[in-house]
Amino acid sequence: MASIMNPTSMPEASVPDRTEEGKLPESEVEPMADSQPKMKVSELDFYYGARQALFGISLAIPEKKITALIGPSGCGKSTFLRTLNRMYETVRHARADGDIQLDGQSVLGMDVARLRRRVGMVFQKSNPFPKTIYENVAYGLRVNGWKGRLNDVVELSLKRAALWEEVKDSLHKSAYALSGGQQQRLCIARALAVDPEVLLLDEPCSALDPIATAKIEELLFALKDLCTIVIVTHNMQQAARVADYTGFFLLGKLIEFNETPIIFKRPAKKETEDYITGRFG
Amino acid sequence: MRHSRIWRKTVNNVMLGLTGVCAVATVSVLFFILGYLVYNGGRYLSWAFLTRLPVPVGETGGGMANAIVGSGKILLIAAALGLPVGFLGGVYLAEFGGRTFPFLVRYTADLLNGVPSIVMGIFAYAVVVKPMRSFSALAGGFALGVMLVPIVLRSTEEFLRAVPTSLREGALALGAKKWRSIATVVIPAAYKGIATGILLSLARVAGETAPLIFTSFGNPYWSRGFNEPTSSLPVMIYTYALSAYDDWHRQAWAAGLVLLAFVLVANVGAKLILSRGMSSARG
Repeated sequence: MASIMNPTSMPEASVPDRTEEGKLPESEVEPMADSQPKMKVSELDFYYGARQALFGISLAIPEKKITALIGPSGCGKSTFLRTLNRMYETVRHARADGDIQLDGQSVLGMDVARLRRRVGMVFQKSNPFPKTIYENVAYGLRVNGWKGRLNDVVELSLKRAALWEEVKDSLHKSAYALSGGQQQRLCIARALAVDPEVLLLDEPCSALDPIATAKIEELLFALKDLCTIVIVTHNMQQAARVADYTGFFLLGKLIEFNETPIIFKRPAKKETEDYITGRFG
Repeated sequence: MRHSRIWRKTVNNVMLGLTGVCAVATVSVLFFILGYLVYNGGRYLSWAFLTRLPVPVGETGGGMANAIVGSGKILLIAAALGLPVGFLGGVYLAEFGGRTFPFLVRYTADLLNGVPSIVMGIFAYAVVVKPMRSFSALAGGFALGVMLVPIVLRSTEEFLRAVPTSLREGALALGAKKWRSIATVVIPAAYKGIATGILLSLARVAGETAPLIFTSFGNPYWSRGFNEPTSSLPVMIYTYALSAYDDWHRQAWAAGLVLLAFVLVANVGAKLILSRGMSSARG
């Protein structure tokens, strides 16, 4: 199930050398030869009012892979994630400059409701609506005017989120009756119901115990065939376990982006190595 | 040593006693009013009182059915005029708008809330009674409706603000437009609080007398439609209590009891709605 990369199969040449001035060599921006980029970010600057939070981020997110974004608190990884579906627009005076593309279409110029239907999101704290389990999953379909058999999609989405067996007899009970881990899987099911091409997860396990976390991670492996996944995490072990690619953020800059085994075994930058080995700061 | 300990103990007990007495005083005022009303009004409260029209001076019996229905009519108009404005205004303040304008609206609403109710009556007299050339239920309802707006606006805003941002984001992240996320997620999440605020605001204006004296005035008979002078419970109490007749005094007590009963039921109902809301939201 888990397609952990075998480091020995990677040619030595793909490990980039450290470069001066923090500029990434071309080969590092697009390291994926086996996978097309689903989203492509070029020279992205981001501002909260006058404060700049992201500096010239360039990154290609490979299709149907799991990409993890790691880094210390306040490094901009969540902000970056929120640019991918323009969730930052709920914040007053927030502004993104640069180019983000989804299958070659400009994200910043797209109709935002359409974009968010294609790029789903799961939040740090599970946020089920004060409705029944069924209505939670059906919500995205209803607001998008989907005409079809709701029951089938609700069932399929709950199955994909590995929640069906636990809730199939209580679909019409309040979502608040579920445990924390179940609520987060319900939020994943809700996001999956609209069949997103990309799924963004913002520290989805930070409020969960290890067992619930393991379930979510298992789920991510299974979902990889359905959509492209980008996950922000504080937990480096989690990134190492689930991600095919990992990006390291520091102080609003993308320090390094590469295949996960390389980031964790042979990082090109000293900052990355310091962070990963816990010698940070 | 020993002396100071006794002193501290004494101070402690005195303060405890003082706060306790004040707390009991607060509660006892309500129970005194309640008991007094039940004692004086309860004896004269009868089926006839609730279903009959007032009778002329000199005759005994009769009731205030027209005032009960009149109060209901005036409240209905007040609700129809004031609730939508207050509710939608509250939604605007909580969900849309920049900084300066909402600040102004909030400030104005709080000022409006503090305007003496008799001034509201004068205002309604000027803009409704004068042009219509008649006292009417409409004018009374207008006066109370204007009073409802700031109360409902502020309570709606407060309860909407209490809805976590994560719920709004959850809806937006699924491709919902903003108005849709507000209508289908944010307002449903807050509706119990909003309903409570509305119920309490209605209970509050139901007892207002001053704005009705020169707007809906009074009417010893049934009023037809909304364009005639209409009697209401508070004005009826005012008129009857000031009269020289013992029978009218008794009727005023009974009317006071009916009014208080309505206000209490609304308050207790609001508390019930809210407490149920909390328990279902927390699972």
